[in-house]
Amino acid sequence: MRRAYFKFSWIAAALLAPQLLIIFVFFYWPSMQALYWAFTLEQPWGGGNTWVGFDNFTKVLSDPYYWGSVRVSVIYALATTVLAMTMALTLAIFVDRQLAGYRVWRVGIIWPYAVAAPAVGLAFQFVFNPGAGIFSYINTIAPGWWDLSKYPWQAVTAIVIAGAWKQVAYSFIFFLAALQSIPRSLTEAAAMDGARPLRRMVDLQLPLLTPTFFFLLVINITDSFTDSFGIVDTLTGGGPFRATDLMVYKIYTDGFRGFDYSGAAAQSIILMLLVMALTFVQFRYVERRVHYT
Amino acid sequence: MIERTPILNIATHVILAFGLIVILVPIWLAFVAATHTLQAVNSAPVEFWPGDQLWVNLQQAWAQSDFGPKFVNTLIVSIGVVVGKITLACITAFALVFFNFRGRMLIFWMIFITLMLPLEVRIVPTYAVAANALTPFQTIMDWTGINWLIATLSGVEVKLEWNLLNSYTGLILPLVATATGTFLYRQFFLTIPDELVEAARMDGAGPLRFLWDVLIPLSKTNIAALATIMFVYAWNQYLWPLLVITDRANYGMVVVQLSDLVPDQLTTGGGTPTWHLAMAATLVVMLPPIAIVILMQRWFVRGLINTDK
Repeated sequence: MRRAYFKFSWIAAALLAPQLLIIFVFFYWPSMQALYWAFTLEQPWGGGNTWVGFDNFTKVLSDPYYWGSVRVSVIYALATTVLAMTMALTLAIFVDRQLAGYRVWRVGIIWPYAVAAPAVGLAFQFVFNPGAGIFSYINTIAPGWWDLSKYPWQAVTAIVIAGAWKQVAYSFIFFLAALQSIPRSLTEAAAMDGARPLRRMVDLQLPLLTPTFFFLLVINITDSFTDSFGIVDTLTGGGPFRATDLMVYKIYTDGFRGFDYSGAAAQSIILMLLVMALTFVQFRYVERRVHYT
Repeated sequence: MIERTPILNIATHVILAFGLIVILVPIWLAFVAATHTLQAVNSAPVEFWPGDQLWVNLQQAWAQSDFGPKFVNTLIVSIGVVVGKITLACITAFALVFFNFRGRMLIFWMIFITLMLPLEVRIVPTYAVAANALTPFQTIMDWTGINWLIATLSGVEVKLEWNLLNSYTGLILPLVATATGTFLYRQFFLTIPDELVEAARMDGAGPLRFLWDVLIPLSKTNIAALATIMFVYAWNQYLWPLLVITDRANYGMVVVQLSDLVPDQLTTGGGTPTWHLAMAATLVVMLPPIAIVILMQRWFVRGLINTDK
């Protein structure tokens, strides 16, 4: 720890105050408010909130639509994470060979990170559109077979592909950075022992990537819970028949379209606990894993 | 390169080219759609090569979505978030690292915890706070009886109100209220050798002078990294502006405009979907952050990896 300090004075207090004020108003207060709403019910004709205990939670948890939303969120989280990380890892390992054109490959894979989620959703809505995009070919062969607005599984496939497309760049950047931090001496030693590049990938690079792999696993799953709103809103709008009603999207529609603050707050609390549990897992188990460098 | 591997090299390029094509195809199709007329986009043989309507479509999409003022707004908000974030992160981390006081770790953890819950997760209550940002203080003063005291002593009833809906402040402040940059700055300040602080103190520099003359010049790369990330983050905000801004004519942001372009029954009224305009607008909206990421690649990658988001 540091030895040379300035003495605490009004300066330190003044420097800390803005940040503390801002997180109090926009983070701690809303989080407490969500707790309050989750355990109370607003009276329809004013008159404040009455305490209802776990009623809001039982109502949410006994709602089949909510479980549908949880189910599709989990499918979405797992599918996008697996797709995006597989692709990112493959590309990173080959880009890391640093052949000619290495920089071009790198930029080519990084830039999708900068594309806004609703733009991704809109672009993919065009791509998957049964009437205008390349998928209209399918419909000339088998009319009516492909239609996002009719078939739930197709809508889920579409948001998974769009979500994975958006996530690839992030994982790629981390995998590539981890690969480049592998000491060159290790690679050379392996080469001298007669390990060819492919053998080195499997037996040297992949094991050394384990910490990054677990870190990205957690981050990708968390992101898919929180960052999916834009994609769903422009690509499917939660439909058809609520098939793509992901958890954040449902909180939004229940809270702001249905004005059910208590129900939305209870759902928020559940989602918060979920995200916090994932973050906890990351700090407790993932960060503790062996770092080789 | 340690050994010669001609076959594997070719395979590497093939795999990378395939990956790049997969990444580029959707955007390429969007781009192609933006270069054709309404009829060409919606007729049976799908176009794979650009036409000559790009400029016309861009102009029409620009006018239809009223992008001029929206770009100004988005730029104001993004710069506001970048500047606010960097300033706050820098001074908070400075106070946490270079001052010795009780409760230092407590405050650090209080700030650090905000990393755990992104805005989307607590969107409903945050929106309620934005309607009146002084609610927390009002409630606390009501509870503690301060308001009752003031009311009985002076006869004035305290009603604090500061509505942030439909304002730049409302767009910017909640986006600034996270620990991302604070953490990055703290990591950096911890690498500053003690001798530097001692030397500065011996030369008679106070804390503010030390911050301004020594630390800020040293943290230029940090600033560049954080600025890139926060700019992209702010530019691409969607859910928050969608809720906070109802007066879109004056305060709308470009990304939110995309929600109006989704060609469904609502927007086309059963007519032919205007894909060519929707795709042209999509291109316009995503171009600035892409340009930033490509131009500032080095700082962007460093910032992303160091902040862990």
